[in-house]
Amino acid sequence: MAEVSVRKVVKEYEGGVQAVKGIDLDIADHEFVVLVGPSGCGKSTTLRMIAGLEEITSGEIWIGGDVVNDVPPRDRDIAMVFQNYALYPHMSVFDNMAFGLKLRKFPKDEIKRRVDDAARILDIVPLLDRKPRALSGGQRQRVAMGRAIVRNPKVFLFDEPLSNLDAKLRVQMRTEIKKVHQAIPTTTVYVTHDQIEAMTLADRVVVMNGGVIEQVGTPQQLYHNPATRFVAGFIGSPAMNFLPCRVQDGANGGLAVRITDSIIVPIPPARADRYGAYKGKEMVLGIRPEHLFEHHDQGKPGWTRVDLPVDVVEPMGMETMVHFFVDGSPVCARIDPATHAAPGEMLPLTADLNQMHLMLPDTGRVV
Amino acid sequence: MADGTNVPVGGLAAASPKGRKTAMQKFAQRRSTTGFLLCLPLILLVACFVVYPAFYAIYLSMLNKKMTAFVGLGNFQFLLKRHTFQLVIFQSCLFAITAVVLKALLGFTLAHLMHNIPGKNQKIWRGLLLVPWVIPLALSTLTWWWMFDPSYSAFNWVLNQFGFANVPWLGVGWIARFCTIAVNVWYGTPFFMIMYLAALKSVPEQLYEASAIDGANAVQKLFFVTLPMMRNIISITVLFSLITTFADFDIVRILTAGGPQDMTHVFATYAFQVGIQSGDIPLGAADSLFMFPILAFAAFFVLRGVTKRTKEIAA
Repeated sequence: MAEVSVRKVVKEYEGGVQAVKGIDLDIADHEFVVLVGPSGCGKSTTLRMIAGLEEITSGEIWIGGDVVNDVPPRDRDIAMVFQNYALYPHMSVFDNMAFGLKLRKFPKDEIKRRVDDAARILDIVPLLDRKPRALSGGQRQRVAMGRAIVRNPKVFLFDEPLSNLDAKLRVQMRTEIKKVHQAIPTTTVYVTHDQIEAMTLADRVVVMNGGVIEQVGTPQQLYHNPATRFVAGFIGSPAMNFLPCRVQDGANGGLAVRITDSIIVPIPPARADRYGAYKGKEMVLGIRPEHLFEHHDQGKPGWTRVDLPVDVVEPMGMETMVHFFVDGSPVCARIDPATHAAPGEMLPLTADLNQMHLMLPDTGRVV
Repeated sequence: MADGTNVPVGGLAAASPKGRKTAMQKFAQRRSTTGFLLCLPLILLVACFVVYPAFYAIYLSMLNKKMTAFVGLGNFQFLLKRHTFQLVIFQSCLFAITAVVLKALLGFTLAHLMHNIPGKNQKIWRGLLLVPWVIPLALSTLTWWWMFDPSYSAFNWVLNQFGFANVPWLGVGWIARFCTIAVNVWYGTPFFMIMYLAALKSVPEQLYEASAIDGANAVQKLFFVTLPMMRNIISITVLFSLITTFADFDIVRILTAGGPQDMTHVFATYAFQVGIQSGDIPLGAADSLFMFPILAFAAFFVLRGVTKRTKEIAA
């Protein structure tokens, strides 16, 4: 039993600043949940409240079926991996990993067995006698994970554990973390500001913004069905394109989206019912760069051609990013690298409007 | 490449007219030479006021009382056989070690208390607790002397109010020793407090958080996180204080002048009595030199430990 529940939790600092504004979240046993959001969104505060490192202003936190609001961190049966590793510099790797077990008065042979097992899983057996200063960033992060694993806790908490690593090592460690969770499927709450980390690791992603939860869902749900403009813009790289538009009558009794006088695109019939109520209203069209690609003569239903003037071309090897400006709004398209594109020229593109989103300009809610 | 030793300072402008540099010009243009020249005033000051007096003291300690004949280690042998000097060694060690231990314990406790006082109040308390350290020692010791005075003692007045008899604070050996140590502790504790407070502030908060999650209680955090992380500062502070406390002169001189019956003399006050007041400068010099091997021994082990730990934990 290691479900985690956060119920109506508020964190207010001195001076009335609310870092977390009454969030609700239920995390199932064995689930890997990632809290993601920009700096200051309250994700780390939420994690620290689950850990017991921050007091809760109001609300309840449940771990394994018990309210833990007044339970100190050491009695919550949790383990945490910190961004800066937080390894004890005066202890060897073995002692760092064994510290929690020693404090809990485990027998020596049990401590050794557990540390050796964790070291084998994390491939750090040769490092056990070293001090943290003699380790690389990736090795330190492994030791920090090892320290969490040996305790066999109810819940793992990760606070931006990969932020201090270089890009290559981050990808490698991401895979390691996923492997560890597959081998030891403990309930995990993971905080990051990196949406790629969130998408690749999570069973469910919790997107936070301004102290509230914007949306909770699987990575696919967040990508394909964002609930708000914030989530739509936060999930996905490069970010979704947003264009002010108006919904109006289209050809053959259908609906269309008017972006500029010269760019009016038809709304696919499958979405007409959903968007009909917004006819004549100012909206925001959202479309991801990957749904805006080089023009194909033989299109599919919902595909429509738009010609845009190229501003900047960014060849990436396996794909090319092309940037445009449409009526002052930046637009990015992801095209085949074989397609010719040069700044100043008009580039024919296909917009896959089956993947479009319409949002209310005032609330940002996706309709 | 700038390796810090052979980069010309003057560049081409400093080259000789023929374009070939003499050895002297090369020497003058080295960066290390510039560095040495900039340090030279300080080196000269240290040489004049530290090195020269130290060697002169060694020289003096090997002369006879009239300073007319070389007696080798005679003065040292004489002092070691003398009962009063044996008392001085004991008292110096007692004075320095007890005072330093008490200062360290009190300083550590106060630093912890300070560390846990929130923002603005902490500054006020820190300022107040630093007062003993910033008052000139001779002045504050005179105040203490007055408070210990047999006729006007403030402490005795308080004792009398509770019905207790007068205590001869500076008139009985062990009580006088206690008083000199107490004043030294009063004066020196703020230094420990401020050093330990700085050290406490430098311990990463995440180590405490990690240990809290690992299961450590407050005492375990102190022994497994705080103390190991502060060991270098503690060692350096203790060493520094040991040196200054061993060499303390003002407190003993003003409070007891070494009395009663030489029972509070330390190396410095005894050296003053023997060398200046009794006119035996070589014996006084020999007395003061006894501090050197004791402190050198302590410094060697403390600094060796500091270097080792720094190498171990430096990230």
